Amino acid sequence: MNHSLILPILIPMFAGSLLLLGAGLSQRFKRCVSLLATLLLLPLSGYLLWLADQGVLQVYAAGNWAAPFGIILLLDRLSALLLLVTAVLGSFALLYAVRGDDERGQSFHALFQFQLMGINGAFLTGDLFNLFVFFEILLIASYSLLLHGGGADRVRAGLHYVVLNLVGSAFFLLAVGVLYGITGTLNMADMAIRVAAAGPDDAALLGAAGLLLLVVFGLKAAFLPLYFWLPKAYASATAPVAALFAVMTKVGLYSIIRVYTLIFGDDAGTLANMANDWLWPIALLTLTLGVIGALAAGSLHGLLAYLVVVSVGTLLAGVAIGTEQALAAALFYLVHSTWVAGGLFLLADLIARQRGVKHSLLIQGPALQNPHILGSLFFFGAIAVAGLPPLSGFFGKLLLLRSLDPGLEALLLWPVVLVGSLLTVIALSRAGSTLFWRVGVSQLDSAELDYGRLFACLGLLSLSLLLVFCAAPLLSYVEATASQLHDLALYRQIIESGALP
Amino acid sequence: MEAIFAATLGILTASGVYLLLRARTFPVVLGLTLISYAVNLFLFAMGRLQTGVVTVIGEGAVYADPLPQALVLTAIVIGFAMTAFVVVLALRSVGETQTDHVDGQEPAQ
Repeated sequence: MNHSLILPILIPMFAGSLLLLGAGLSQRFKRCVSLLATLLLLPLSGYLLWLADQGVLQVYAAGNWAAPFGIILLLDRLSALLLLVTAVLGSFALLYAVRGDDERGQSFHALFQFQLMGINGAFLTGDLFNLFVFFEILLIASYSLLLHGGGADRVRAGLHYVVLNLVGSAFFLLAVGVLYGITGTLNMADMAIRVAAAGPDDAALLGAAGLLLLVVFGLKAAFLPLYFWLPKAYASATAPVAALFAVMTKVGLYSIIRVYTLIFGDDAGTLANMANDWLWPIALLTLTLGVIGALAAGSLHGLLAYLVVVSVGTLLAGVAIGTEQALAAALFYLVHSTWVAGGLFLLADLIARQRGVKHSLLIQGPALQNPHILGSLFFFGAIAVAGLPPLSGFFGKLLLLRSLDPGLEALLLWPVVLVGSLLTVIALSRAGSTLFWRVGVSQLDSAELDYGRLFACLGLLSLSLLLVFCAAPLLSYVEATASQLHDLALYRQIIESGALP
Repeated sequence: MEAIFAATLGILTASGVYLLLRARTFPVVLGLTLISYAVNLFLFAMGRLQTGVVTVIGEGAVYADPLPQALVLTAIVIGFAMTAFVVVLALRSVGETQTDHVDGQEPAQ
């Protein structure tokens, strides 16, 4: 048994606890501990990615209880990829935060670590109830992080976010309860076997529970009827928190991919791939409404929050198509959209700091102190997020469009994605011209550009370029991921071999 | 017993949803609490309703499933923490926005 599997959960947990215990210690010490723990996740998740790429499923049985009886952690290519995405995003967000944003409220670093622990745990667990527990850990940390910095706007957005997610948790428990009541197991691989073997009498209840889960994950992933909390929450969060939240919607998406390829996947009889029929129209509508929201947004932060919704729609389309190529394309796009969205949220804060009371509102404001640096970064980020060549967003969208053969689906997806990209470009160029060109003559001299912050923002955005240069290895990795997800026999072996590796 | 149990769940959930839709923070918190009671009872019932049986396999022909009880305990602990958090947040919201409406402002008349 490889103990490194549980380290992405243990490191943030111990770091977070240490930071809570040492709450009275100096800010410098807390920053060091937090940075050390987060940066440690980078080599660790790199190693786990290498381990997962060997093609063998890594299973860690907590307490050495064999698979269907105890809780297992499961590392496959998908979870390893998402762990790396989270570690990279978390490191840059924290690098940004230690330049001063962490002092705007209490216990920022402890909460940040617990947030990372919850996210990593959700990606690693192989048990449905354990997934619920990690969801709650990441949620309660995110509630507090969202309120970090205080102010009426954050409290307003936070209250909606908290109440909605509490209702979501109730639905999650109902769905898990029904699934357990029928299949008698909580282990996802075991549940997949039981669902495949379930009689026709149980199919209706299992289907209802499965769709309840879709509602819960949809609330986290923020797709169409359930995304209304997102723009306000993301737009009002502090910059490093908003950047970290770029991966939160991906937790919902990860859960959708996991549950609907494994439990309700190809083998589930009458319930096979039942989510796809729902996800397809939802994906297209989410994309459309996200773009409309982006066009209508009154502030740069609001615009970026709607672009997160757009990326959710694009990703869901890839998941809903259901083929391996489309899933691989969606995963490629997922890596790109998480990092670039995070970088843009950091950039929006850098811009807003130089505009005083106008903040990031898209109205005429004072001239920026560093229009060239920030303007070029904005130009770069806008190209990346809109999906124009030569940056990574273009490749993600191209792969997605090419994964469809000509037919009705392509007829629907192509115009929505392409017109959506065009409108995104329009929204971003309108925002950019207002922020950088429609400015007054006077500058605010209060805001100095902090090079630490600039480095974090630049680092995250330039990953888009890195993704272009490393497109070939990443693409072969995500293609292997997609085919591994559809190779259900591999997951069955966890239960059928019954024992530990 | 099933009928009484089901009716209890139904009434709890219906009351919870009604309170949740009142859009004032205190009724909303109460509504969330009622819903979480209903969910906990529901989880408990997923181990099947039996009275007077042991939770040990092999002691008798029928046994009560202990796992849902463990799940309910976990859910209660988490629900308790979340309720405490949302109460504090609701108080903070009243302090910051001077209203107990969940939107942070009084609806237009």
